[in-house]
Amino acid sequence: MSTVRTRPAGSAASSSGSSGRNPLAAVLRARELGIVVALAILVAYTTIANPRFLSAQSVRDILLGASILAVLAVGQTIVIVTRNIDLSVGSVLGLTAFAVGTVVQDNPGLPLPFALLLGMAIGGVCGMVNAVLVRYGQVPALVVTLGTLYMFRGVTYLWAGGQQITADELPRSFLSFANETLLGVPWLVLIALLVTVAAGVLLRNYRVGRELYAMGSNPEAAMLAGISVGRNLLGAFTVSGALAGLAGVLFAIRFGTIDAAAGTGDELEVVAAAVVGGVAVFGGSGTVWGAALGALLLTVIGNSLAVLDINQFWQNAIVGALILFAIGVDRLVAARTARALKKRNSHVR
Amino acid sequence: MTRQDATPLLEVRDVAKSFSAVAAVRGCSFPLYPGEVHALVGENGAGKSTIVKMLAGVHQPDTGTLLVSGEEAAFAGPADAKAAGIAVIYQEPTLFPDLSVAENIAMGRQPRGRFGAIDRGRVRREAAELFSRLGVRIDPERPARGLSIADQQIVEIAKAIGGSASVLIMDEPTAALSAVEVERLFAVVRTLRDEGAAVLFISHRFEEITELCERVTIMRDGAHVSTDLVRDLTVDEMVRRMVGRDLDALFPKQDVEPGAVVLEVEDLSREGVFRDVSFTVRAGEIVALAGLVGSGRSEVVQAVFGVDGRDSGAVRVNGKRVRPGDPRSAMAAGMALVPEDRRQQGLVMDLSIQRNVTLPRAGALARLGLLGGGGERREAGRWTERLRTRYGRLTDPVGTLSGGNQQKVVLAKWLSTSPRVLIVDEPTRGIDVGTKAEVHRLMSTLAAEGVAVLMVSSELPEVLGMADRVLVMREGRIAADIPRPRATEESIMFAAMGQEANT
Amino acid sequence: MSGSENRLRGSFTRLASWDGAVILVAVVALVVAAAAVDGFGTSNNVTFMVLDLLPIALLALPMTLIIVTGEIDLSVASTLGLTSAVMGSLWNSGMAIETIIPLCVLLGAVLGAVNGVFVTVFRLPSLAVTIGTLALFRGLALVVLGESAVADFPVVFTTWVTGTVADTAIPNVLLPLLLLAAVFTVVLHATPVGRAVFAAGAGEQAARFSGVRVDRLKFWLFVASGAVAGLAGVLWTLRYSSARADNGLGLELAVVAAVLLGGVSIFGGRGTMPGVLAGVLLLATLQNALRLEDVTNEALNIVTGALLIVSVLLPNISRSVRTAAQRRRLRRTPIPQPATPPAP
Repeated sequence: MSTVRTRPAGSAASSSGSSGRNPLAAVLRARELGIVVALAILVAYTTIANPRFLSAQSVRDILLGASILAVLAVGQTIVIVTRNIDLSVGSVLGLTAFAVGTVVQDNPGLPLPFALLLGMAIGGVCGMVNAVLVRYGQVPALVVTLGTLYMFRGVTYLWAGGQQITADELPRSFLSFANETLLGVPWLVLIALLVTVAAGVLLRNYRVGRELYAMGSNPEAAMLAGISVGRNLLGAFTVSGALAGLAGVLFAIRFGTIDAAAGTGDELEVVAAAVVGGVAVFGGSGTVWGAALGALLLTVIGNSLAVLDINQFWQNAIVGALILFAIGVDRLVAARTARALKKRNSHVR
Repeated sequence: MTRQDATPLLEVRDVAKSFSAVAAVRGCSFPLYPGEVHALVGENGAGKSTIVKMLAGVHQPDTGTLLVSGEEAAFAGPADAKAAGIAVIYQEPTLFPDLSVAENIAMGRQPRGRFGAIDRGRVRREAAELFSRLGVRIDPERPARGLSIADQQIVEIAKAIGGSASVLIMDEPTAALSAVEVERLFAVVRTLRDEGAAVLFISHRFEEITELCERVTIMRDGAHVSTDLVRDLTVDEMVRRMVGRDLDALFPKQDVEPGAVVLEVEDLSREGVFRDVSFTVRAGEIVALAGLVGSGRSEVVQAVFGVDGRDSGAVRVNGKRVRPGDPRSAMAAGMALVPEDRRQQGLVMDLSIQRNVTLPRAGALARLGLLGGGGERREAGRWTERLRTRYGRLTDPVGTLSGGNQQKVVLAKWLSTSPRVLIVDEPTRGIDVGTKAEVHRLMSTLAAEGVAVLMVSSELPEVLGMADRVLVMREGRIAADIPRPRATEESIMFAAMGQEANT
Repeated sequence: MSGSENRLRGSFTRLASWDGAVILVAVVALVVAAAAVDGFGTSNNVTFMVLDLLPIALLALPMTLIIVTGEIDLSVASTLGLTSAVMGSLWNSGMAIETIIPLCVLLGAVLGAVNGVFVTVFRLPSLAVTIGTLALFRGLALVVLGESAVADFPVVFTTWVTGTVADTAIPNVLLPLLLLAAVFTVVLHATPVGRAVFAAGAGEQAARFSGVRVDRLKFWLFVASGAVAGLAGVLWTLRYSSARADNGLGLELAVVAAVLLGGVSIFGGRGTMPGVLAGVLLLATLQNALRLEDVTNEALNIVTGALLIVSVLLPNISRSVRTAAQRRRLRRTPIPQPATPPAP
């Protein structure tokens, strides 16, 4: 949810200035703060139960896993705020992971940045296919991306057949990137952070970003306001595809083993991360910060279950319950805000 | 004030537009000069909205040209029209509910600072400046969601001024405004006019046209009829040109001796919306519910019918209690509600005329729980015919009909339930003059047949012309109960505005 | 206009509409497959194909009604999985199968009611709610049964599910499927409930203002969806004689695909049951025929996905081509300007 919707009405009236002006305050809005608090409690509890949870290896695992999910969730958020959805991201991830894996396998000397760009390019093309079908075919995004979810996956299977790319077939330099760090921070994490910050600034501080929110908030008004709806839509889906492509390369780097099933079913986890992070499924509100934090929370939950020796089968159930909880809270806050706003209106001077 | 010798800011020249073989506008021409407010009138379906959409760049004319400051212009989309200095304020405001009011105003032309990023501080300051120029108090940081219709119109105007538009097109901006709000709006429009802007003003209310506009263009059936100075035309003449014939009496009120009390509403309350509302309606009586927009009239009738809940109070029909929050119970008791918003509440626009008419009675029409279609067709045919509805086929989507005929379908739908209490909310809003008279005659006839009629209306002539009794609401309460002989514009407005009548 | 002409035109538009086209294509596909694909027409294969399409067809029935009301239920496959898991665990605990089966259908209904409560009482978007319960129910299935499988169901039941009527190729399970399909078709197209379903989907507010109890309607549709998913879970378990937590994983997308392929609008308010059944049949035919032609299961995904997109794309394209042609015609022949009576 965006600033405007989750903020309780009282503070909207009294402190409207501060939360709007101070970027730090804006970043730490109610939803994001809630997730951070939940994260802290969860981490503290798990660590007390089992200090191994904060071991270097465990933290690294969580961060790497969360990075890939966060990159996907950021792309998804950009699409969802426009009142669309991209269900094809899991399949795009699988396709690019396999494609880039194959290319790297055949050209061991390929510089890493090139591999990353190649993945983004492949993903971007997939995203453009979605965009063109949504925009020019006038087909709802849910239908288009459900269709391309199948198609991209099918293409990957056709290409891969039953074969698998294993870690020993990939060059060392490619795989070792997962372990490399800058100032102690793994590169994968830095990439995810960079993506989140860039998307966050774009959505909040640039015209095109505000236009994306406007499109999701009231599509007809966006058209009448002269917003280039088609161009923006094309951009949003292309970015989502490109980020899914990037996530595919990161997936290949992290796991080393790639088959045609890579990323199957990820779309639901990605949507879950965004929704838990406060992105409204019907567009118009939500931030990439929230979505990225949502991704981190989901990853931490999964890992802490394992550490706490709780049956890991609970993870799915907890994610489901968390989604229901998150949208329930949003609903409650929105209803309360609406009531407060109405009251202020009804007793006008 | 009108500078006829100047170049028109905007000129429509011999423009035609068709939608799938139906000509919506043909051969329409008129100029808009700087410093004038120009009225565009015509019945619904006369082509006004199509003209507006062409000027807004939403539709492109099939033939003919638009000239901006004497230069031919072709708008490929709304962005082009905006760039040419044309701002359109639609009947239904087009704001982004999730964004702040300031962002709404700045959308598409946000001031940019370093690295091309939006200067958010300036966005807010500019909005605040615009509001102080317009003399209104709206928090620029609040979300657009939850603004009253009047405030939304103000934000739309701020948008237009902020974009330094030289041509302002207003499509029935006053339809949902109260008298005070209309005055405030007119003051703003006059200021803009005096600053040299051209305003195209579309309205169904003649008193507004005579008060505000210098010239008037009349359209009928998509064609241009005339463009004249307003002071050269009488209202009767305007109506005659719009309709193309002389009108029957607008308010054919029949005198009926009221019978027993049919509808009783007792101490109805809903937190923050209305409080302690009590009234009765007798058989054969037409009771009007008057008051400013936002005084809670529609909310009261919706709670009476049960589409909205209520916190306390009772509703009885013929002495029997109606369950709260349950329209079915109200319908079973013989109540019917023709709602305010035809497109959202009155009709399912994508469904056929037939399905719409028979929707409330689908259960009753079923045999052994099954609906074959024949029964529905006969029922729909009978009622649409009785109301003289014009349509192609009963299976056409109801959205393809004109506003007046749509309203007849809503009426047909509810009359088919043979109601004992008929509640009508703004029964003639947005429908053409001819159909208006038909609707009024129908209400009179129903009352004469013993139906208890409760009518919400913002149009004082309608209230005075039709009602046996006028209930005036103010801030969620019934402020006055005025019998027909004492009902005047002044008495109703005084009650509606209370102490603040002279602000 | 005479009634018969009216009806005639009505049936013509019906045939020209998308669901008519899908029915036609499905029949053509069946005929072509029977003629051209080796082994397609064999009684074994027919039985096999019906068994394959059974779960999707079952789930598509209530899903159609739900999508027509403008909602969606993505949790159906997880409901199927959870009932399957519970069925296995109850069987392990020694309960009689005759008790387990109705209990499982009831469980499905309860799970559907959970969705219904979230959507109609808390007023949350069904897309988000059922993504949540998709994860929740599947997770609970895993909690109930873990990764183990229960396989020793009574042979009488498992053979009935996979068996055929007497000596024909008609599988036993076709009978309950046809019965349910008939019930759902009649409900959607020839009852007051069906009228309410369309009204709620095309204009919820107007439907409420017409006395339709939209919330109650939606609630019961979710319950029906859950109950049918429960039944599908039972049949799935018996067919493979295996209760597993991951039974039917990912099936929800195939179900939605089949429904949309059948011409139901994802925005609600439009769709027909015959169209949906044809969509299911078309999908099953293609998959079966291609599998016989040795196309891998996964590559079939491409066909499913493409069909889904084309099913919505094609009507759109044909419509825009028609309007474009119309526009060109209008441009060529300027509209005669009727003389407007001069204003006096």
